[in-house]
Amino acid sequence: MTKVTQTLLAAACAAMVATAGLAEVKVGMITTLSGGGAGLGIDVRDGFMLAVEQSGRDDIEVVIEDDQRKPDIAVQLADKMVQSEKVDVLTGIIFSNLAMAVIPSVTAQGKFYLSPNAGPSALAGKGCHPNYFNVAWQNDNLHEAAGAYANTAGYGNSFILAPNYPAGQDALTGYKRTYQGELAGEIYTQLGQTDYAAEIAQIRASGADSVFFFLPGGMGISFLKQYADSAVGLPVVGPAFSFDQGILQAVGDAALGVVNTSQWNKDIDNPTNAAFVEAFQAKYDRLPSLYASQGFDTARLLISAMEKADVADVDAFRAALKAAEFDSTRGDFAFGLNQHPIQTIYAREVVKEGDVFTNKIIGVALENHADAYAAECKM
Amino acid sequence: MSAILIIEQILNGLQLGVMLFLMAAGLTLIFGVMGLINLAHGSLYMVGAFAAAAVAGATGSFLLAMVAAMAAAAIAGVLIEVVVIRRLYAKDHLDQVLATFALILIFSEGVRWVFGSFPLFLDIPDYLSGPVSLPGGIQYPLYRLVLIGIGMVVGLLLWLLTQQTRLGIQIRAGENDREMIAALGVNISNLYTLVFAIGAALAGLAGALVGAIQSVQVGMGEPVLILAFVVIVIGGIGSIQGAFIGALIVGLTDTLGGVFLPQLFRLFLEPAGATSTGSALASMAIYILMGAILIWRPTGLFGQRA
Repeated sequence: MTKVTQTLLAAACAAMVATAGLAEVKVGMITTLSGGGAGLGIDVRDGFMLAVEQSGRDDIEVVIEDDQRKPDIAVQLADKMVQSEKVDVLTGIIFSNLAMAVIPSVTAQGKFYLSPNAGPSALAGKGCHPNYFNVAWQNDNLHEAAGAYANTAGYGNSFILAPNYPAGQDALTGYKRTYQGELAGEIYTQLGQTDYAAEIAQIRASGADSVFFFLPGGMGISFLKQYADSAVGLPVVGPAFSFDQGILQAVGDAALGVVNTSQWNKDIDNPTNAAFVEAFQAKYDRLPSLYASQGFDTARLLISAMEKADVADVDAFRAALKAAEFDSTRGDFAFGLNQHPIQTIYAREVVKEGDVFTNKIIGVALENHADAYAAECKM
Repeated sequence: MSAILIIEQILNGLQLGVMLFLMAAGLTLIFGVMGLINLAHGSLYMVGAFAAAAVAGATGSFLLAMVAAMAAAAIAGVLIEVVVIRRLYAKDHLDQVLATFALILIFSEGVRWVFGSFPLFLDIPDYLSGPVSLPGGIQYPLYRLVLIGIGMVVGLLLWLLTQQTRLGIQIRAGENDREMIAALGVNISNLYTLVFAIGAALAGLAGALVGAIQSVQVGMGEPVLILAFVVIVIGGIGSIQGAFIGALIVGLTDTLGGVFLPQLFRLFLEPAGATSTGSALASMAIYILMGAILIWRPTGLFGQRA
């Protein structure tokens, strides 16, 4: 092949790439769509795509990939999206260990990252970055709210448990940060543990007056069913992660009456939320979870920034993201200095509506709450 | 540390042990008779739990759900034996591991495709729920006592099957010398399929029984599979008695270690450090035990072959 033909070929390829890239903003969504944690990723994706569809814009292109909940795969996908897909914005990661593997590297390469779920403390404090925005919460937030709720409910001797991994340690730290009573016991369980008979026996023997637990996904289902069957009967508090719409149906009656903390619920009274819940049900034939609301808000944030600035103008686009002028399902939405939300966190109770288990807001746990790491963020 | 708590934890350990036995019995039979490492055994456990949840949801009957779980797992087992695994007996273990690992992925995504990504609901029937009072004022969940009972009965039946019946003689002969038993006129191919179906049905039963107190979700079988492998290595590969004793040892070690090691460390460490060090060591306890037993008896407690 001669030099000339090579050059021509290269030019042709470049032209093809240019015409293929008609979309003005290209979003790379890396999320968990297979395996045990798939329910969360699917909800985030569906919420996000619902907002994109509702906006009616044809200048957003979303590339969706499944990280299989594996950090190495998430890193490969992120490299592919940055280098060959040339995305402008990344989003979608559910689990904090994957977030830690991906986010610092993509923000360092000048991409925007909008987190619809994971909020590890390392990225909220010293590791904060101008291109990193968290639309959900800092990991500790809902646990801090659970501690605050325990104070108002008058609990003075809590038994607390969480899996032995970074988010589990953050959870107990978060609870203890706001909770003012005594601890009847503190247990770290194994990650992925499904049998809690030993822990429940310890709770029974401990003389506690309440139980706080953070056991996301299947771990929480197992714990709640076994706890109800053991008839220990102490009141339980936890973050929303064990009580979201997808999980509640699998727990059944065992979850009824349990108080959990969340920044969102389907009965938060504002027009955006009402429209979101209705549209989500109409499109996907199931009730949205908090993950779906986070995916929806993430897309709404992105669209609000696109309306004000061109993504090529990085500084203007960043400022537009930071202003966060969009109608959130949570009502007013504002970022703190470290670009994590400052928001009200509610206490919800699990109820049964017809045949469906769901949550009802019973009060405010923490009003306009900012995370504990914001002061460490130098930006 | 009260005596009641200790007894309760021993019961918990027994219950975990007998459920592990249901998994390990199939695994050890299949490895013993056919020399096959079946990583997809955990998928059969999951198939059982999903079948039980589906049938319990449709009919409301727990007993029917258990029957469906065993049937579904046995059918799935026969299917993969005939379609895939039959081709692997003559291959080396690496090929078997690769192929059965592929089966795990196929089963996981297949189940997700059929039942969706959200966990299913399967609960204890009313007549088995709630705690019962045992002598000494111990409150213990009735269902877990029933699980211990079922595990013991299945163990006894399997022992009778292998020791007292013609089929059992053929199975044991197959473990010792495959070529010879084939030469004696036993249809080894049918025998393999039958053993595989029995193993699969036991895994399905375990999945359904445990699914009622845990969560029925994709990937639920793999953590149990790892423990079941530890059980058969400790017990001696191919031995039903070994699997039973090994399962009880692993169940008790795992449960009691998880409870008492953190408390032991609390005697000389500050609470947070003791909790995390103790929990970390507790999750290693069964592997340390396995190592120690293998140093003492390299073929496991009841193993015969070197």
